[in-house]
Amino acid sequence: MAKYVPETLQKGDLLPPEIQALVDEKKKKRSYAYNARSSPYSLLWTIILSIISVVYVVPIILVIINSFKKKAYVARNPFEIPTGKMFVGLENYKSGIEKIGFFSAFGNSLIITVGSVFVIILCCSMAGWYITRVSSIFTKAFYYLCVFSMIVPFQMVMYTLSKTADSLHLGNPIGIIVVYLGFGAGLAVFMFCGFAKSIPLEIEEAAMIDGCNPIQTYFQVVMPILKPTAISVAILEAMWIWNDYLLPSLVLDKTKYKTIPIAIQYLKGGYGSVDMGAMMAMLVLAIIPIIIFYAFSQKYIIDGVVAGAVKG
Amino acid sequence: MSKKELRPYFPLFALPTFIAFIIGFIVPLGLGMYLSFCKFTTVNDAVPVGLKNYSDMFKDPEFIHALWYTALFAIVSVVTINFFGFAIAMLLTKGIRGTNLFRTVFFMPNLIGGIVLGYIWQLIFNGILAHFDLTLTFSEVYGFWGLVILMNWQQIGYVMIIYIAGIQNVPPELIEAAKIDGATGRQILGHVILPMVMPSITICTFITLTNSFKLFDQNLALTNGLPGNRSELLSLNIYNTFYGRVGFEGVGQAKAVVFSLIVGVIAIIQLVLTHRKEVQQ
Repeated sequence: MAKYVPETLQKGDLLPPEIQALVDEKKKKRSYAYNARSSPYSLLWTIILSIISVVYVVPIILVIINSFKKKAYVARNPFEIPTGKMFVGLENYKSGIEKIGFFSAFGNSLIITVGSVFVIILCCSMAGWYITRVSSIFTKAFYYLCVFSMIVPFQMVMYTLSKTADSLHLGNPIGIIVVYLGFGAGLAVFMFCGFAKSIPLEIEEAAMIDGCNPIQTYFQVVMPILKPTAISVAILEAMWIWNDYLLPSLVLDKTKYKTIPIAIQYLKGGYGSVDMGAMMAMLVLAIIPIIIFYAFSQKYIIDGVVAGAVKG
Repeated sequence: MSKKELRPYFPLFALPTFIAFIIGFIVPLGLGMYLSFCKFTTVNDAVPVGLKNYSDMFKDPEFIHALWYTALFAIVSVVTINFFGFAIAMLLTKGIRGTNLFRTVFFMPNLIGGIVLGYIWQLIFNGILAHFDLTLTFSEVYGFWGLVILMNWQQIGYVMIIYIAGIQNVPPELIEAAKIDGATGRQILGHVILPMVMPSITICTFITLTNSFKLFDQNLALTNGLPGNRSELLSLNIYNTFYGRVGFEGVGQAKAVVFSLIVGVIAIIQLVLTHRKEVQQ
């Protein structure tokens, strides 16, 4: 146990022994409670958490292992390492990519996700700011409808939305952005409104006195302030849109355009017997971009989720 | 920016979102409400039939089964996800070595889409069950626990992140004061930490509850309702009513309305609870 050194005393100063004993005891208690690294359980917890972590990663490792296995063996021996005649190299990847047109699906997913998130951020931040500053019955009604739309499950509008989108010819990767803006507006407008309320009016008034019109004020003053919220909204909407299956599968013209989830489901639904090898390879290709993205923007993703949860 | 000056800019600032919102939400919602009282195969041939769809819906044994199956699934997964999520969050706020790495690993499955998750776990469950000459679609019970495990794997990390934020917001002085008063670890957890993170608990319960009720992709990929629609959750049941049976579109829409009401009631209860908690603090 290190010697207790109060700030007012110099190192080496001695305390009366009875006080020193009290201080030592107190210090021992504190360190026991606050610094779990010194607690005897710390190592145990680290080991337990490490084991859970391994269990957590195993499903993904398993898919990667099976993606190199001959398709007949995937369903029968999923837990074995592919060796000898089981190992097929990249064959599963080749056949999978060909069967579902993986790269065009990837391109569609990318266009739809990036396009929709960009449009949602731009339009909804403007709308959120407008709603907060111009408060009328109309804007209030719009705000509450947005909040309401967050609760309504997709099944409620599933059929009618696909028909509406169809009649407006929105069944392509660009048109679907309008649908995503409409259906994703609830969360985005809600979060931007919540944050725009906290921007002091004085900042905007100062910009106005300096001769900014509302458009300049928005882009030069308001938007930079809204940036943290914009990142949170972007993360939440991107996670939803990239992985969404049902909405694009109903809205898009599936013979021409597939997204990654649709393509993977197609591998299962389109053929009588599923090619498990190709399935595993495509699952790996679907996961890899997400993991790379996660590795680079982990902090933003986790902060975005916390912000979204607390406000939502 | 004053109200007067900004108001004329409506077409630029709010109109695009507003139009998209009408196309993507208001029109489908209104039309959906109307169609739930109609018999139709396309939007144009709708004939009002009053409440017939609603009475037909409750005569459908598969729907009643899906309702109970979903409720049970939601309860089990909400309890398990929140319990494990909270436990791991407690461990990860103790300053254990490797906390950041653990947090990263536990959160990761959240980013993977439901369809992909479903097929990953289908491989694992079928691989295990194959040793007993069984498959996942042998019984609805396997599908049930399969979905519970899958959802735990996916969502524990999500609620964990929210719980960690909540626990870190508990003022250290409070815990210190409790310790000085001689509280044991369990007492501190029960009387200091738990009441302080109550808002996080309501949020996480709500998120996991609505997610479980709305679950679709994972259900579709893991079992697709097999055997014989017995492992169908509500969302999948509604989907199959629409797209699997010709002439039942109206019933499907009526089911969707009831489904929305259930989710809406849960949401309102949660809002009321959150407000009550906020008043107390």
